[in-house]
Amino acid sequence: MSGASLPADERLAPASLARRLLGRPELGAVAGAAAVFVFFSFAADSFLRAASLSTILYSASTIGIMAVPVALLMIGGEFDLSAGVMVTTSALVTSMFSYQLTANVWAGVAVSLLVTLAIGLFNGFMLVRTELPSFIITLGTFLMLTGLNLGFTKLISGGVSTQAIGDMEGFPSAKALFASQWDIGGVTLKVTILWWLALVALATWILLRTRAGNWIFAVGGGADAARAVGVPVVKTRIGLYMGVALCAWISGQHILFSYDVVQSGEGVGNEFLYIIAAVIGGCLMTGGYGSAVGAAVGAFIFGMTSNGIVYAQWNPDWFKFFLGAMLLLATLLNAWVRKRAEARA
Amino acid sequence: MTPANTRTTLVKLTGVSKYYGNIRALEGVSLEVAAGEITCVLGDNGAGKSTLIKIISGLHRHDAGSFEIEGEETVLANPRAALDRGIATVYQDLAVVPLMPVWRNFFLGSEPTRGRGPFRRLDVGLMRETTRAELLRMGIDLRDVDQPIGTLSGGERQCVAIARAVYFGAKVLVLDEPTAALGVKQSGVVLKYVAAARDAGLGVVLITHNPHHAHLVGDRFVLLKRGVMAGSHTRDSITLDELTRQMAGGSELDELSHELARVAQSPQGTGDTPYDQAAHRPADRTPRDERDA
Ligand SMILES: Nc1ncnc2c1ncn2[C@@H]1O[C@H](COP(=O)(O)OP(=O)(O)OP(=O)(O)O)[C@@H](O)[C@H]1O
Ligand SMILES: [Mg+2]
Repeated sequence: MSGASLPADERLAPASLARRLLGRPELGAVAGAAAVFVFFSFAADSFLRAASLSTILYSASTIGIMAVPVALLMIGGEFDLSAGVMVTTSALVTSMFSYQLTANVWAGVAVSLLVTLAIGLFNGFMLVRTELPSFIITLGTFLMLTGLNLGFTKLISGGVSTQAIGDMEGFPSAKALFASQWDIGGVTLKVTILWWLALVALATWILLRTRAGNWIFAVGGGADAARAVGVPVVKTRIGLYMGVALCAWISGQHILFSYDVVQSGEGVGNEFLYIIAAVIGGCLMTGGYGSAVGAAVGAFIFGMTSNGIVYAQWNPDWFKFFLGAMLLLATLLNAWVRKRAEARA
Repeated sequence: MTPANTRTTLVKLTGVSKYYGNIRALEGVSLEVAAGEITCVLGDNGAGKSTLIKIISGLHRHDAGSFEIEGEETVLANPRAALDRGIATVYQDLAVVPLMPVWRNFFLGSEPTRGRGPFRRLDVGLMRETTRAELLRMGIDLRDVDQPIGTLSGGERQCVAIARAVYFGAKVLVLDEPTAALGVKQSGVVLKYVAAARDAGLGVVLITHNPHHAHLVGDRFVLLKRGVMAGSHTRDSITLDELTRQMAGGSELDELSHELARVAQSPQGTGDTPYDQAAHRPADRTPRDERDA
């Protein structure tokens, strides 16, 4: 872009476009997504139907809503292993608060937002205070939340799932916001797809066009250097954890308002799906590099694979194998692409 | 440089000490930086040079002694506070974020924005143009301000950091061994910009192992040895030979003069200590060499 107004630099000219393209973090994911798409188009007859695509987009969106903040967090150099169960916690809090205090469900939704953000704040605060690896801290939060989810649910409702809140006041309007769906020409589109796309757009805007985005890259790519030039490293890290919490709240409300009950043991293991989507999307495990669009493509690959296997009428047990192979391939491809890009620079 | 009656002291340390736990890194060190002057801090590895400037730049707090900025006793809470008081630092080990583009690094921590409220956004055009123009002024014609700064040569990176400090209106510029990883020619370029910053009226603290570099540009010299001051001189009161001798210390002097003699024979070997060449140059030089070819 800067080259447009200035005389072209002869050292730059030939490699520029190819290098720019290769330098994009999401390139590997886009290539992978195309490959998976072509593969299942041939392997499964029903894969290309509109109804299948809407199902795929829905599964992609449920993972994608969380993959976005997890990707930002990874760009900022940290992990959050509690992200999966935090979604369940958020749903449980809304449900139990509303049911026990027989308030309007919107009161539960609001309390849940506060509680979930507090968990994110706790993660971030512990991280910056103790300076322990985020892996350990959020592993602790993960275990504690898993226990609390099961324990509290059993204590209050006497079972592993919550009471139904479908007949409570405010339920229809909350459902419209978090779990509605429309039929467009026989194809069902769920509202989570809109949430997902909006979050991807917002995160991309933040990353590339705001000061906070600059700080996220800097904190992940060189925290000491960032601090030395005056970047608020602590605030940035805490903000990233609260971003994860915010999206966990959105996901949690979706689960609650689409099924009207919550299973207290759910969510365990999903944190890895978010991380996998982010890594397939080109986020560097060591921080400082990646994109929200890449994470979205990673989530889309997840959606295509998990459903494509069903459409191809294979045993769903194969899914995990595919996901693992994809993760390795994507990581290798990304590493290779980045090496090429840097060597040419 | 500046006549004595118009000297304005920007930073003054008196009897400053710093402990890392029970390790004494600095004890009773004094130093003065005036506008339009270069104060050199010299000393061996581990002498406490970096520790000293980390106090000036707000990264560490001193445990004893006084630290005045423009005559006012100060304790800096963090690097941001130092920057706000006009003290900019180019660090030996943590100058830039390697994976980020040059233009993002240039403005990191002080990004210009446009628009209001939710539409407040980075002024990307201004950032790119300014980076390019400011680096051009320093004689660095960058291929592409979008390239990761980690792909620049060591000298280019130092110059980006210096250009950044000057651009953001620093009054005091602190440089930790800016020439350590550089070849002769690039060291010369960096020293030229250090002198340019001085001529622009900045007070400069220059840290170096290298008495030759120090004596070329310095107005005052502070010698550190294992955390204590081993001498403090003005330019008129010390010769290069004397400075070198004081730095090396008596017993090591023979070895040093032997080494210097050998270095002088080789056509392009002056400037760096053998340690630095071995440690840094090959990796840092590669991109530049490719480009020149
Ligand atoms: N964070 C720290 N914790 C403990 N000791 C430290 C720390 N930083 C520095 N030191 C010690 O303080 C002493 C001075 O270190 P410093 O980095 O200031 O030396 P230096 O003069 O800059 O050396 P060099 O020329 O190698 O850069 C050294 O003995 C070092 O081991
Ligand atoms: Mg040092």
